[in-house]
Amino acid sequence: MKSISRPVSILRILGCTALFVLAACSPKEDRRVSGRLVLEYWEKWTGFERDAMARVVDDFNDSQDRIFVRFLSVSRIDQKMMLATAGGVPPDVAGLWAINLPSYAENNALMPMDRLVRDSGIREEDYLPVFWKLCRYRNFLWALPSTPSVTALHWNKKMFREAGLDPEQPPRTIAELESFNEKLTRKNADGSLAQIGHMPQEPGWWMHDFPSWFGGASWDGGTQLLLDAAPNRHFFAWLESYPKRFGGPAMYQLRGAFGNFASPDNPFFNGKVGMIMQGVWMNNFIKNYAPAGFEYGVAAFPEETEHPGAPMTVAETDILVIPAGAHHPKEAMEFIAFVERQKNMENLCLGQRKISPLRRVSSEFVKNHSHPYLRTFLQLANSPRAQPTLALPTFKEYANDLTTYVNLVLLGRMPAEQARGEMLGRQQKALDAKLSRWNQVAPVRVSRWEAEIQP
Amino acid sequence: MMPGEHRNLIKGLVFISPWIVGFLAFNLYPLIASIWFSLCDYSVLSQPVFLGVQNYVDLWHDPVFWKALRNTVVFALVAIPLSSFLSIGLAVLLNQPIAGQGIYRTIFFLPSLVPAISLAILWQWMLNGPMGLVNNLVRPFLNIINAVCGSHLQAPDWLNDPNFALGGLILTGLWGTGQAVVIYLAGLQEIPLELYEAAELDGTSAWQRFLHVTLPMLSPVIFFNVLMSIIGALQTFAVPYILTGGGDGPGRSLLFLATYIYQNAFDYWNMGYASALALCLFVLIIALSLVSVRYGEKKVHYSGR
Repeated sequence: MKSISRPVSILRILGCTALFVLAACSPKEDRRVSGRLVLEYWEKWTGFERDAMARVVDDFNDSQDRIFVRFLSVSRIDQKMMLATAGGVPPDVAGLWAINLPSYAENNALMPMDRLVRDSGIREEDYLPVFWKLCRYRNFLWALPSTPSVTALHWNKKMFREAGLDPEQPPRTIAELESFNEKLTRKNADGSLAQIGHMPQEPGWWMHDFPSWFGGASWDGGTQLLLDAAPNRHFFAWLESYPKRFGGPAMYQLRGAFGNFASPDNPFFNGKVGMIMQGVWMNNFIKNYAPAGFEYGVAAFPEETEHPGAPMTVAETDILVIPAGAHHPKEAMEFIAFVERQKNMENLCLGQRKISPLRRVSSEFVKNHSHPYLRTFLQLANSPRAQPTLALPTFKEYANDLTTYVNLVLLGRMPAEQARGEMLGRQQKALDAKLSRWNQVAPVRVSRWEAEIQP
Repeated sequence: MMPGEHRNLIKGLVFISPWIVGFLAFNLYPLIASIWFSLCDYSVLSQPVFLGVQNYVDLWHDPVFWKALRNTVVFALVAIPLSSFLSIGLAVLLNQPIAGQGIYRTIFFLPSLVPAISLAILWQWMLNGPMGLVNNLVRPFLNIINAVCGSHLQAPDWLNDPNFALGGLILTGLWGTGQAVVIYLAGLQEIPLELYEAAELDGTSAWQRFLHVTLPMLSPVIFFNVLMSIIGALQTFAVPYILTGGGDGPGRSLLFLATYIYQNAFDYWNMGYASALALCLFVLIIALSLVSVRYGEKKVHYSGR
């Protein structure tokens, strides 16, 4: 056998390494399976929610022989999408949350979908207005809704009965909510709380949207945060009333004994909290974890001022987007359009036990849906007073700061006015910085996006 | 250079090249890049825009940065001495020739094998205010104090009370002292027995032998452990991040510099600002390490010198 000298073998190893590196860095070619173009689709869902979408993906793959969608469940998808897009290897389709849109759009990480959507025959009129609104930002359409949600008051009927309240009559105003709260709250002999009627931090997922129930918003949609406006002042004052009435540490002590959300120790199921704000998915957890015979009601969350007629709610939605730099936007749109068809969308939303974002809902959907209060949620989503959730370019900073200040107020460690003032100072500065960055790039970006969406 | 030496040099370089490539790609380049990004407005997805020292000016006026820095430094100042005293004490005890010595050593070392994430989840329950194990241990003592003094002391709500959250985290940190104990044990076994025998002949007590033999002879190991602890404490991230569910803790009492860097980089997409924060942390670690090394040169006793 011919021997190879050491320098030559070392050179060969180096050469192979260089080739490997070059191959890894070479432009990505279309991937095909049995002649079908492979589309990468990243989604955030796991468990039964993932399974529901997997069935729709399978239906799409079976419906034609040109495209094959490869469905991948990805945790912390908002961060991974950002890194993949920055690295130039984004998926072809991704499932984000509507609150991600402003930051992704302003950073040029998404493809405007106006033209693609128009060409696929999808119309604004097909959707409930609030969900369509959530997919638009700065006059462009960046996404289409997948599974949406609206929030509503959920109350424990047994606790209402025990407190001498009519279990069929939920509170209609914040004042009424607090009067019910007093009646539902019980204390132990040592003064600690045994149960409470309502506490804003349970579950506290929509703190940023609470000002809507006080008749306002937190942002004017442009350059100004509205934390100085009356609705926000009232919201913070309402928060401040809690430690004064129930004791801040006592509330947190009670909260410390709460079990996991997805467990029989969920405080709503085991009678520790009588009224909560929740979404349409809650029924699924009630079926799985609440005690047998658990009785609950669902209605619009009470507002500061009663508005007879159309109820108020805040809506949010999961969305499907095409990342900037995706290699097959037309095919990606074909898949998204398939998901958006009424039959497929209803299959997805039924599988995830949610409502449909579409205006038209089939009788089968209503019949087959297991939620006893589906009509209440549909009514809320259809309401002209349904408002989109806060979609701020600095959403994460805002939400994080708000959690900190709200907790300080609820603990009774900071006056509401100080918390609101500090929050406004910090967050207006953060928003100004983001807008200043946006203003520098806006003319170029907007003109390019406009060119992209031309017919 | 002789031909043989030249060949050896090439071979050496080739064998070390994976490390050199790794160092250049994953250490030096990120360091230089982050210096540049710290002078820019950079969101990762868009091109960086040069800002000069604006990020540093913002940082100077950012109360959250100072809060995170304060938490980090206070944690280091309390946790490092506490864990050092505890681990030296445990190592000395575990070094005593008693039956079942190996079993005791294993018992104390085992907890340090628990991964940080599992540790944090475990301590979330241990530190739970109304139901946690820690408060179940604390309550009987408080009841006695209350009965004797007529006070109304209550067990702390560790993770919800800004006054106790950092204390809770320090308690969590003590769980992992087993690793340092093992290193101290190795150091203790290196101390020549003749020194103890000589000290005993001089009529010293056990405490004097510990003070004048054990500690000086162990000082290089103490120095190493303390230096590693300083670097580790300043980089604290995983446990408070999990304990607070990815947040800052009550009143930002569990916000550390590393967490604030992570939030700015990956949650808020302020990579420029995050780079400025990271460089501050880097400078802090370098400065404290240099101070420690200088101090070590004077106080650490190396028996070989």
